[in-house]
Parts: sequence; C-alpha cells; structure tokens
Amino acid sequence: MKIFERFLTIDRRIIFLLIFIGVALPLIFMITFNLEVTENVQSVYELLQEMEPGTRILISFDYDPSTKPEIQPMAIALLQQAFTNRLRVITTALWPMGVQMCNEAYETVSAEYPDIEYGIDFINLGYKSGGMVTINHMAKDFRSTFPADAGGVPIDDFPIMKGIKNFDKIGCMISLSAGDPGLKQWVMIVHDTFNKPVAGGTTAVQAPTMLPYVNEQRQLIGLLGGLKGAAEFELLVKKPGFATKGMGAQSIAHLIIILFIVIGNIGYFVTRKQQDTIKSKKP
Amino acid sequence: MRVSVFFTLFILLLSLSLFAQEVTFLAQDNPNDDGEAIKLEWVAPVTIFELVLARSEDNITFTKIARVTPLLRTYIDDENIEDGKEYSYRLAVINDEQEVEQYYFSAATASAQWFNTDKISLLIMAIFLASAIVYFILHARRGGRLYIRKISGLDTMEEAVGRATEMGKPIVFVPGIMDLDDMQTIAGLNILGHLATKVAQYDSTIHVPVCRSMVLSTAKEIVKESYLRAGRPDAFNPDSVYYLTDDQFGYVAGVDGIILREKPAANFYLGAFYAESLILAETGFESGAIQIAGTAMPTQIPFFVAACDYTLIGEELFAASAYLSNEPNQLGSLKGQDVGKAIIIVVLLAGVVLEMCGVHFLKDFLNLH
Amino acid sequence: MRRQIPMIITFLVGTLIIVSEFIPHKPFGNLSTTLEGWFLIISGFAIILGQLSLFKVNIIKIHRRTPNWQYYIIALVSFSIMVLCGILWGTQQQPGLLTVREGMLNFFGYKPFDYIFKYFFENLSATMFSLLAFFMASASYRAFRARSPESTLLLIAAVLVMLGRTTIGSTLTGWIPNSLNFLQLPKIASFIMKYPNTAGQRAIMICAGLGVIGSSLRIILGIERSYLGGK
Repeated sequence: MKIFERFLTIDRRIIFLLIFIGVALPLIFMITFNLEVTENVQSVYELLQEMEPGTRILISFDYDPSTKPEIQPMAIALLQQAFTNRLRVITTALWPMGVQMCNEAYETVSAEYPDIEYGIDFINLGYKSGGMVTINHMAKDFRSTFPADAGGVPIDDFPIMKGIKNFDKIGCMISLSAGDPGLKQWVMIVHDTFNKPVAGGTTAVQAPTMLPYVNEQRQLIGLLGGLKGAAEFELLVKKPGFATKGMGAQSIAHLIIILFIVIGNIGYFVTRKQQDTIKSKKP
Repeated sequence: MRVSVFFTLFILLLSLSLFAQEVTFLAQDNPNDDGEAIKLEWVAPVTIFELVLARSEDNITFTKIARVTPLLRTYIDDENIEDGKEYSYRLAVINDEQEVEQYYFSAATASAQWFNTDKISLLIMAIFLASAIVYFILHARRGGRLYIRKISGLDTMEEAVGRATEMGKPIVFVPGIMDLDDMQTIAGLNILGHLATKVAQYDSTIHVPVCRSMVLSTAKEIVKESYLRAGRPDAFNPDSVYYLTDDQFGYVAGVDGIILREKPAANFYLGAFYAESLILAETGFESGAIQIAGTAMPTQIPFFVAACDYTLIGEELFAASAYLSNEPNQLGSLKGQDVGKAIIIVVLLAGVVLEMCGVHFLKDFLNLH
Repeated sequence: MRRQIPMIITFLVGTLIIVSEFIPHKPFGNLSTTLEGWFLIISGFAIILGQLSLFKVNIIKIHRRTPNWQYYIIALVSFSIMVLCGILWGTQQQPGLLTVREGMLNFFGYKPFDYIFKYFFENLSATMFSLLAFFMASASYRAFRARSPESTLLLIAAVLVMLGRTTIGSTLTGWIPNSLNFLQLPKIASFIMKYPNTAGQRAIMICAGLGVIGSSLRIILGIERSYLGGK
C-alpha cells in the first residue's frame, strides 16, 4: 500500500524528466500521429486553392517571437501553398517584430521555390504602427500608407504592386495574429467594408475568441488555431514541417500529463479509502 | 429611318438618365467628432469602373483627394478639415478609358459636436453603475449594515505575515508586469500598502521586485508611508523595493532567482500577469512558501488556482483594498458593484430573449459604434 | 496639503477623462490621447530611475559580498555590454555612433546588438517560456485531484481538452460515425473551449470590469488612498 502513498508524492524532477523525454524524442525522431483535418483549416486551404494563378493575396504578420512556435509554421505553409499555386503575396505587419517573422518565413520558403522573385511574386511592405487606423488608411489609399517596401524602395518600382490602390484588387486577406491589433481589425475593414474573403491564424489560446467570426456571414472563411491548426495545414499542403513534428511532441506530452493525473488520483482514492477504513475501525 | 434614329436616341437618353439617376452623392458633416472630418456617401452601380473624389474650398478649384470604388460607398475626409468651414466636393464617374463621364457635386460644413450620440448607451450604463456605487457609499456612511462575503486569501494575509516573522524569512510581493496605467497594478499596489503596514508592525522583511520604473517609484512611496503609518520609519529599507527589468521573461527569471535564494515564507502575486504566472507560482511552491495570488486576467487565473494556496479571482483583486480597510465608505462601493452586476444580468437575459424573438433594438442600442 | 494636492489632481483628471469620453468637441476629444502621450513621455524618463535602481542594488550586493555576489557582476557587465553595443554600433533599424566595419558584419552576420539579441536574448526568453511545459505537468499532477464534485468536473474537462487538442484524440475517436461526430474528442474539446470556457472567461471579464469601475470611482472620489501610502 505504500506504493499508493508514493503516487501522491512523486518527485517533480521525475515528471520533468519524463516530459523532457516525451517532448524531445518525437522532435528528434519525427514521431508523428495521424491527423484529421478540421473544417476550419480545410476552408482556408480551399480558399487559396480556388484562386486563379497570378491573384494577389495580402498576408499580415501580426505576431512576435514569443508566439513564433505556433504561428510561424502557419506562415511557412501558407507561403508554400501560395507559391505552389503561383499566387502573388503582398505582406505587411501591424506588430514591429512581424517584419522579422515575415523575412524569416520568406527566407525559409524561397529556398524551395527558386523561381519566385521578390517584387514580382512577393513583397514585404514592412511594419506600420496604428492598427485599425493603418488598415483604414490602406482601405482609402494603400500607396500613401506604404509608399515603399520594408527596404525603403518605392513600391512603384515593383510589378506586384501595380494597380493596388486599396483592397479592391486583393484576392483575399490572411492575418496571422497573436493579439491586438490583428485579425479582428482586418475582418472589420476588409470583409465588412470591402466584402473580401478573410482568413486567419491565431494561437491556441486566442482561437476560441475568433471562432464566432466563422459564421454564416463568412466574416472569417476559416481559422488556423494553434500548433494543431498549423499541423493540419502542413498536411494539406503536403509539406510536413515544425508543426507536424511539434504535434507529435504535444500529443506525447499531453499523454504523460494525463498519466500523472491518473496516477495521482489513484493514489488519492486508495489512500483516502485506507484512511476511511482506519477511521471506521477506531472506537 | 427617322423613327429608328429617334428610337435609338430615346433609348440612349433613357439609359443615360437612368444611369444619372442611379448615382447619388452626398457630403455631410461627420457626426460625433471634433469638426475635423466630413463624411461623403454615394450610391453607384458596381459596373462603374472608378470614382474620383475631389474637394474645393472656393467651389472653383477642385483638388483630388481619393480614388474609390463604387463598392466602398463611404469616405471620411479628415485631411486638413477645419471646424466651421464649408467645403465643396465633386464625385467624378470614370469609365474604362479613364475618361470622366459625369460629375456630381455636394457641399458640407464641418462642425464639432458637444455630445457623442453613439455613446448614449454607455452613458446610461455608466450613470446607473455610478449611482448604485455612490448610493451604497452614502448608505454605508449613514450607518447602514452591509454584508460582504469572506475572501479567504485576504483573511490569510495577517497569518502569512505572522508566519514569516516566526520563521525569520522574508515576504515577496510581485505587483504584476504591467505599468501604472493598468488598473490591476494599482489594485495590487493598494494591497501592498496594507501588507507593508502589517510587515512593519510585525517587524518582518518584504521584497518588492518590480517590472516598471513608474511602479518602482510608486511602490517605494507606498511602502515608506506604510512603515511611517505603523510607527516604524527607521525599519524601512529603501532597497526592499527594486527594479529588475521591463522584459517579461527576464523579470520572471529574476523573481524566480529571488524566491529560490531568499526562500520566502509567503509570496504575493497581485496584479496583471501573462504567461509567466505559472512559472512564478510553481517556483514559489517549490520554495515551500504560502502563496496568495490575484489577477483579473482570465487566461492566467486557472494557473494561479492550480498552483497557489489562495487566489483572488477577477473583481476580488479590486475589492481587496476595500475589504482590508473595512471602511464603510469602501465597503459600500462593493455593494454598488453587486447591484451593477444584477443590472447587467437583467440586461443580458433581456437581450437573449429579445434576440431569440428577432427583436434587435436592445442589441443595436447597446452597440457602440 | 501633501496628500490633498495629489487627491485634487486625481479627482480633476479622472473626471475630465470620463467626461471627454462623451464629448468629441475640442479640447475634450483628444484629451485621453494627449494624457496617454504624456504618460509615455514620463515613463520614458522614469526608465532612468529603474536603471539607476538596478545598478545601485547590484553594486551594494557586490560591495557587501553577499552570497553569489559574482553573479551580480555578470548582470552589470551584460547590461553594460548591450547598452554599449546599441549606442556605438546601433541596431538594424537605427544607426549608432560608429559605423559597423565590414569585417565585423561578415563575422557576426548582424550588428553586435542584433547578434546578441538574436542568439542570446531570444534563446534565453524561449528557455524561460519553455519552463511552462514542465511546470504545467507538475501543477496538473498536483492540482487535478477528484477531491470534490467541482474538482472532478474540472479534471474531466481538462482531460477531454488535452486529448481533444492532440492527434491522439482524433485517433481514439476517429472511428465514430459522422452522425455521432459530437462524441469525437476534438469536437468535445472545441465545444468545451467555445462555450463553457468562453462563458466563464467573459463572466470574469465583466466582473473585473465592474471591479475596475468601483476601484476607479473610489480613487477618483478620494475614498481610496492606499496608492498615496495612506488610509
């Protein structure tokens, strides 16, 4: 019976060690599990799949390094799908570090697509502060909001920006958002005013707050939520990456946590029963 | 021949007139602003290629302000608009060949409003809530009896300080990671005042590592005044309140180090926290300290509940100072808040019922534009 | 007077900001934004206070040779190095006092400040963030015990969400036909997060909002004076 008492007082270093092993092994050995694609992720995939080659899409990088593990895989997978389908990608950022996230994602993906040319198939317009005010200005006059790209080169020099004055010529808008400003603001302007399709990618914590926008009015076409959403999207584009690896690690880690919860509860119930038995035997 | 020519001309005129009738353009003062914007609205067929807006101050020379689409329907002109000045606007309909087909004109005078009518529902709710709070404050002042439920975490504060004194160990107080403009930080600092008074009375030690420079100044003053009020100004150590770093994880690394080195008897986490909440709480648990946490961040409350001995959830953090002071004035305001909650519940239920019946006026009224 | 002046200022400014929320006319319309700007300016200068406090506390500990005093030297040295790198050579967005030599740029690939930020600071932040995974496990093990009906409910919900949010959940219940897909773990997890969880969070936010109103009114009316260090 002592073993059950021990169940209640497992040294947390053992827990830490098992978590470390449970997270490290899937990452090192690419242990993955079957993943089912959910409706919201499928909708985002189909949105881009159905676009004509040459269509310009807008992706906004509204996150920073703290949420990079969850959102960066989405960014990479989206760029991969866009470039595979010969869509042209215009990127912006409403968060200062979003520019760096965009550069890193582009550097990663452009290595796989040597035909992709900056200025023709892709452009990074850089960061603009102001959130909703910036998006409003883009809606009124895109070119004065972003007169140059992130490197300071006038946008008139880039073929991809030809004819872009507002959101009219944008096929769809995708916001990769970790908070505020982010996806909500894009929905309010781009969908509610211009009636353009909007999709999004958020952290797992934020996803429930954005789900109400995936509704009959199609304010959001679909939503990628957390690492799982990113992994599902990688599955659809057939390019497993960090998210797919991460899901294996996340699954094993969750199982280990559940295992310890069960062990703790077994120990609790058995020892409580013992104590109740001892109490009832006392005169 | 004459008939066919006449017929063709008639059709052309008719379609032109129809086309002309289908476009409406109106300039008016942008409502609920400070007189620095004019709202332009139009209705135009979506088949139109482009629309160009231009503005004039003398109704003679027009300057282009924007190229817009028929779909947009509204444009707010807020560039260099002066309150009280009249502006003329021209909407040009452009065809595929970049030629102007038609002009439409409208004029408006920008004016500032003294009341934002979009926020009337907010004003009504604010008046209701403020009235309830003020009523109960006055009621408490007149000697009215008020029942406030127990908040275990706050009742344990004195016990925690006593424990620290007996063990000869310090107390660590973390006022969150946000700045003074966050109400949670101020609520946390209010509690620090009460706590520091007890620490001074019990002759214990307190560490207050802070994340922001403004919070440093305020916390230092609060602790100093608390020692003064307890009659122990000599015992105040100005270095007990110190700044670590603005960075979130740098700060939590620093606080963890303090907890592991100093091995405090009690840890208080009262303020605004984000992802670092569980790291702090678990490290504190490992050190064996009694832990009292309080935050209004809904995503962090579960972590504190799981890892701390006592947790103040949401409004309990803001009520703490009133609860600890036990002053009728302050307790009255807590009662007023409860009335506010009752009002909100009634409005919520009414809204749900009305929406289910397809009546949207309450939702529209409460919607802030 | 020492306490009355701050209370008068608090009352006036607090009332003005509340009133300006409803009055777009000048000068009320931009009052909040102006005051927020003033706060940012003051807090910018206040950063100096923070850095001085940091130096003072660390130097005192080094001087007194408190246990592990060597680590306080490391703290001061790292702080100084970052400040010097930023001032001398600048960052990617901002130039410094000196121009970066090509040799330095070729070696590091970045300016010194950006190099330290990317390869030291970011990794240290990520390390601290990753502690959450371990602490989550130990906290869950301790906290999720079926001591009462409420804690049992919490435990069940936690297990369902943890399973439903991973591939294991899809694997375990993937066999359930579409007509009963509400029994699939990912769907159950989504339901829990979307409805009870969101409802609970919103309730806490509403009550916290009321708490802010109550607390703010007490401070504005001068009933609550703890922030001034007094009763």
